Amino acid sequence: MPLLDVKDLSVTFARRGQRTVRAVDGVSFSVEAGEVVGLVGESGCGKSVTSLALMGLLPKQRGVTIGGSAMFGDTDLLKTDERTMRDIRGRDVAMIFQDPLSSLNPVIPIGIQVTEVLTRHRGLTGAKATAEATDLLNRVGIPDPTRRLKEYPHQLSGGMRQRALIAMAVACAPKLLIADEPTTALDVTIQAQILELLRGLVRDSGTALVMITHDLGVVAGMCDTVNVLYAGRVVESARRKPLFADPRHPYTTGLLGSVPRLDAGKGERLHAIRGSVRDVLPWPDGCAFAPRCDRRVDACVGEPPALVEGVHRHAYRCVNPESRTVEVPS
Amino acid sequence: MSTKTDKIDRLGELTAAKQDEHGVSLWTEAFRRVRRNPTALVGIAILVIFVLVAIIGPWVAPYSPTDFIGKGEVRSGQGIIPGPSAEHWLGYDHQGRDELSRLLVGARQTLLVGIISTLIGLTIGALVGGIAGAAAGLGGRVGRAVDSVLMRIVDMLLALPSLLLAVSIAALLGASLTTVMIAVGVVSVPIFARLLRGAMVAQANSDYVLAATSLGVKRTKIAIGHILPNSLAPVIVQATLTLATAIIEAAALSFLGLGNPDSATPEWGLMLAEAQRFLDIRPGLAIYPALGIIITALGFTLLGEAMREALDPKLRK
Amino acid sequence: MIRFIVRRLLQLIPTLFGLSILLFIWLRRLPGGPETAILGERGTPELRAQIRKNLGLDEPLLIQYGRFMKRMLKLDLGTSISTKREVMTEFLERFPGTVELTITAMIIAIGVGIPLGYLAARRRGSFLDSASVGGSLIGICVPVFFLAYVLKAIFSENLQLFPSSGRQDPTLGATRITNFFVLDGLMTREWDAALDALWHLILPGIALASIPLAIIVRITRASVLEVLSEDYVRTAQSKGLNERTIRGRHILRNAMLPIVTVIGLLTGGLLSGAVLTETVFAFSGIGAFLYEAISNRDYPVLMGFIMIIAVFYVLVNLLVDVSYSLIDPRVRVR
Repeated sequence: MPLLDVKDLSVTFARRGQRTVRAVDGVSFSVEAGEVVGLVGESGCGKSVTSLALMGLLPKQRGVTIGGSAMFGDTDLLKTDERTMRDIRGRDVAMIFQDPLSSLNPVIPIGIQVTEVLTRHRGLTGAKATAEATDLLNRVGIPDPTRRLKEYPHQLSGGMRQRALIAMAVACAPKLLIADEPTTALDVTIQAQILELLRGLVRDSGTALVMITHDLGVVAGMCDTVNVLYAGRVVESARRKPLFADPRHPYTTGLLGSVPRLDAGKGERLHAIRGSVRDVLPWPDGCAFAPRCDRRVDACVGEPPALVEGVHRHAYRCVNPESRTVEVPS
Repeated sequence: MSTKTDKIDRLGELTAAKQDEHGVSLWTEAFRRVRRNPTALVGIAILVIFVLVAIIGPWVAPYSPTDFIGKGEVRSGQGIIPGPSAEHWLGYDHQGRDELSRLLVGARQTLLVGIISTLIGLTIGALVGGIAGAAAGLGGRVGRAVDSVLMRIVDMLLALPSLLLAVSIAALLGASLTTVMIAVGVVSVPIFARLLRGAMVAQANSDYVLAATSLGVKRTKIAIGHILPNSLAPVIVQATLTLATAIIEAAALSFLGLGNPDSATPEWGLMLAEAQRFLDIRPGLAIYPALGIIITALGFTLLGEAMREALDPKLRK
Repeated sequence: MIRFIVRRLLQLIPTLFGLSILLFIWLRRLPGGPETAILGERGTPELRAQIRKNLGLDEPLLIQYGRFMKRMLKLDLGTSISTKREVMTEFLERFPGTVELTITAMIIAIGVGIPLGYLAARRRGSFLDSASVGGSLIGICVPVFFLAYVLKAIFSENLQLFPSSGRQDPTLGATRITNFFVLDGLMTREWDAALDALWHLILPGIALASIPLAIIVRITRASVLEVLSEDYVRTAQSKGLNERTIRGRHILRNAMLPIVTVIGLLTGGLLSGAVLTETVFAFSGIGAFLYEAISNRDYPVLMGFIMIIAVFYVLVNLLVDVSYSLIDPRVRVR
């Protein structure tokens, strides 16, 4: 049984006087214990909404509808009441956010922001909590942790802040960690360090990690399984190797083609995807990616393409998939 | 959990399909948002009615507002002021004049008090604030000195209780409606000065000013051509809100006996102040002008708040 | 921090100096003089000149100002022209009433305003939200003195729930120590006197609180709404913290910054409202006295009272700045 099993997750936002928006539209994926799963896509594809829905952090108010199920052990994260969710959040499932500066409370010291999790979920207070917090900061590679605990977020560097956020997330050794673009706001050199830190933490503690990113480089370096999202639906899902070796959906190849490569010929052009995320077709009318797709055929429009599963659980949602003549490596 | 509607709006917008993406100016966009805001429309409706009454009031008033037609029937000393009747819908005032006519005619004076005192405050305040802001933003060492002297003076004005300032102005000029206008106007000077200066200093530090400076545009031209127009939004919003407070403050000064001692020309603030003495006999005499003042002030406030929201760049997402 | 406070207090000196000069010139320029107030219209020119001479008003302005400054440095505010009593005595007798009233109003405004604004923001779009936004918009537009009269008419004259005037029932014969009547009652253990003084404060306090309350509700709501959309609130929620910690430590603490600034600004403006409220409720504070002092051209009273009030105003703002830096480490002062 997987650690987390998301089935048919859908999230719609309805705003007065405006068309309802299906931000997430029937997304399914699962995460095994200790596994690193990537959710990849451009901004606006629904990946952040997915993570917030799993954390139960989408506002429960009129206009927001969440459907499907997300089984985490015996509990459905989408249907659990707020009180139980509070116990789960931070203890069993923790989250790391994109922008470390805005994600830290600017007016209270780092120390309190770390110890409050320990107090809430592990009952640690006073000197015990401080000692544990010091240890945590040490583990995430923050030098001189005793001093840092007393400092405020604005006194820390960007990388340091993200490390502090990670420390808070792993404070209770959660079974599942969700990282939403954890390196996007950081300098390139720091990005690698943070990824390295995350990889180490996951490996040592056996925590499963859902990595949300638009950066295929991050995926290539970390993830065991990859789900590519477009306009709220999974368009391709595979283990890491088959995905990179044999991408089937034109969107995936497009994402891969947009990454500059050292081994490409000097005159070779980057394959940027045409248009922007705003040029979508509503899924019921056909493939949402069709307006931007180079391999579009008549069958793309009319009805939504189904998710077909190929060999090695490599699934894709395309009527005219890319195919390499080379057979799929095992 | 809770209201995180802003986040939602942003998420919704990110995931939303095509939307028109015209580059519209701040003011056009603000105007569009004000037009779509129901509270702003209520405010505008109130103000349109008020201004209409102020214009046509003297013609539709059934009686002369200064005619003591009911003098014989009113004995305020004995607590007799006749109330509403078929001929006099709102009854007589304490001197036997037709209350409804006085209210209709009084609207004009009330509007004038609001507009003139706001204009006084706006003009002086914008002048002081504009000079200070331009000096602080672009003037180097001398400019900063000018700015700090001007702002110290403004701070001193702020440290004085506004009502005392107004009362002492009234003492200097003698009680009259003009006095009230000047006093109320002067009291709002520091607010306008601080607002405009603050906005200008913020603008002066922005990138486009740096760009213009590096292109060799003259400093005075930058100040007048770029910084000033871009700093006006908060001042205009404040002016709208001040129209409301001016009418209320004018009523307060009338209440303290600084208004026009001759009640021949009716004005709501003065009517309200005078009616306080007859509250036990005919509370209506106080309530009508009070409602007029409250509703009018509400109209200006609603419009001002809607404009503030529409012009707030933080809410313009 | 201490250096910051000392620096601000030193800055107070030139501000007060400037204010005293402006005020001095301004007051002397008012038409008429104390002699008119004393003699009325009938005094002969000789008599007027005699009085001006006795009061030292015939000398050049600069010398008069020098004399005023010399006294001022010894904290001697002089004698009132109309009551012939020490200005300081008059002040200490009347100011506590105004302070009591102002504090009552502020307690009402803050105590009701912040929770209401918070709830309105958390339940955005609910009935409570619309009601408090609408109520606060109307609250700003009601003239204070009119509200005072309405409250008095309803709650004291009709329902007889509250006293309609004064600061305390004189028949109680309460002991005076500080002239803060509530405090005096507590200090002397005259509980009924303290309670009665408190009772007298309620209606004028509510009237005076109306505008600050409306403003505090609005600013709290806006500020909390802004904080609610911040990422760190989401972080706090993702940690599974309980509602109380999120509310106190993460939302309100951040939302307090603009609220504190506004409270500081309001405290200055409250004094004007206090004058009106005191008039309606015949509440003996500095309001009526100052107003009379202007019409009587009682220069020593005006100079003394306004200077002390200005000092208070500056001190309140200093307090605001200090608490601001206590709340937000980013603006922490050295």
